[in-house]
Amino acid sequence: MINTHDILETINMIREENLDIRTITMGISLLSCADSDISRSCDKIYDKICRQAEHLVETGENIEKEYGIPIIHKRIAVTPISMLVAASGGNPVLYAKTLEKASQTVGVNFIGGYSALVQKGFAAGDEALIRSIPEALAETQHICSSVNIGSTKAGINMDAVATMGKVVREAAEITADKGCIGPAKLVVFCNAPEDNPFMAGAFHGAGEADCVINVGVSGPGVVRAALQKIPDGNITDVADTVKKTAFKITRVGQLVAKEAAKRLNVPFGIVDLSLAPTPAVGDSVAHILEEMGLEQCGAHGTTACLALLNDAVKKGGVMASSHVGGLSGAFIPVSEDAGMIAAAENGTLSIEKLEAMTAVCSVGLDMIIIPGDTSAEVISGIIADEAAIGMVNSKTTAVRVIPAIGKTIGDTLNFGGLLGYGPVMKVNAASPAKFIHRGGRIPAPLQSLKN
Amino acid sequence: MRAIITVVGRDTVGILAKVSAMCAEHNVNIIEVTQSILQDMFCMIMLADVKNCNVPFTVLADEAKALGEEMNLSVNAMHEDIFNSMHRI
Repeated sequence: MINTHDILETINMIREENLDIRTITMGISLLSCADSDISRSCDKIYDKICRQAEHLVETGENIEKEYGIPIIHKRIAVTPISMLVAASGGNPVLYAKTLEKASQTVGVNFIGGYSALVQKGFAAGDEALIRSIPEALAETQHICSSVNIGSTKAGINMDAVATMGKVVREAAEITADKGCIGPAKLVVFCNAPEDNPFMAGAFHGAGEADCVINVGVSGPGVVRAALQKIPDGNITDVADTVKKTAFKITRVGQLVAKEAAKRLNVPFGIVDLSLAPTPAVGDSVAHILEEMGLEQCGAHGTTACLALLNDAVKKGGVMASSHVGGLSGAFIPVSEDAGMIAAAENGTLSIEKLEAMTAVCSVGLDMIIIPGDTSAEVISGIIADEAAIGMVNSKTTAVRVIPAIGKTIGDTLNFGGLLGYGPVMKVNAASPAKFIHRGGRIPAPLQSLKN
Repeated sequence: MRAIITVVGRDTVGILAKVSAMCAEHNVNIIEVTQSILQDMFCMIMLADVKNCNVPFTVLADEAKALGEEMNLSVNAMHEDIFNSMHRI
């Protein structure tokens, strides 16, 4: 039998340190649903999602009970809807409403994939879908949207960057009476992964199988608790401890992923080696950085600590899983992390520092609340900067900022639930308008020429 | 399938009896039991064979949890594989 210490350690991780499986996400290809008639296309989509995901939630709940590990979300990612719009034409919002209906039927809390990939240019369906995003997000509750505007291979589509600045603003404006929730469900990517199980950026890439199971793990609380046990260890000890802990966390993710895939009779895709925080006490990535020795997240040294953390999570996790993918790394969403919220509130953490942090962690500027009067061009400037970091470093970067309409610095915006709350953060308001309105494409960097 | 049933909390009379009774009632065979006192806390770990359990394992897990709440202890019945996968390569 496994020894007592190990058993108690596992139970303690789950009960006291918030270890959980953050999400089981079923990726479903909708390419087989494409039809020149939009209502037929919608019917096929509804049927396919309901058929494939009929037992997803129930299976997740059964695994949760049998293994004693909480599985927080059961979700679905679908083929970028712009590809279906390309075939059918018509109003893309109909697709959003179909996905919403399907999400309610199968009981998942989000469907991701109201998306377009436009890093090199707009194909049929892309512009119509992008223009419809604000309305689609306002009229649905469980639909997430993402747009990929750049990649290391293609460069950055600056026309799309300019458009997305406007779309983010508009999404906030038309949901102003609902706490500006629209842009909290919208991610603008560079180098978007096609197998990401995490919202709001999940979609099912065209190169994926017809249906797969991807799993995202979590466990910032476990990593922090492990570091608390070595207060005097040097940085090598810190990295080793994170690595060992990440291994254990990921092994549970692998177990759940394989079990879910087996029970649902769907291939196992990937495990996303992630540290995903929640606003709950003891579930913060910022607090891990502080445990390493920072007075508060955002202090000088934060980027170095995060680089170490991100790298050690991957090194520990990669051996624990047979297929690794998605975003894989530490997430730093401000409004979803108690430590980040506190650091942003007292001014230790700025957007500029967060931007630096995104160069060494898994995603980008995430869940950041900005003043309601921030112009579309400034938002586009934020997107362009972030995309440039991703493009040059061959990594995924993303922007999910929420203009808090009618609010300014000092105010707070509260989304509730796992999306959390946060202070409105200061944004450099100097205008990049001329740069943004030039349009065109930033050429792919030399890093792309690997052949 | 084998399960690990853990009981952690303040030592009281009849813990072992109650947990064993729950197992017997559901035709669950207890293979191994270890118990110890860790930092004043009673800690019992059972390895059980639930192959012939007469209810779905999820029901047994719920009952174990409820029994724990009734006795003011933490009782968990979990699939053995979660421990194996985390602690064995």
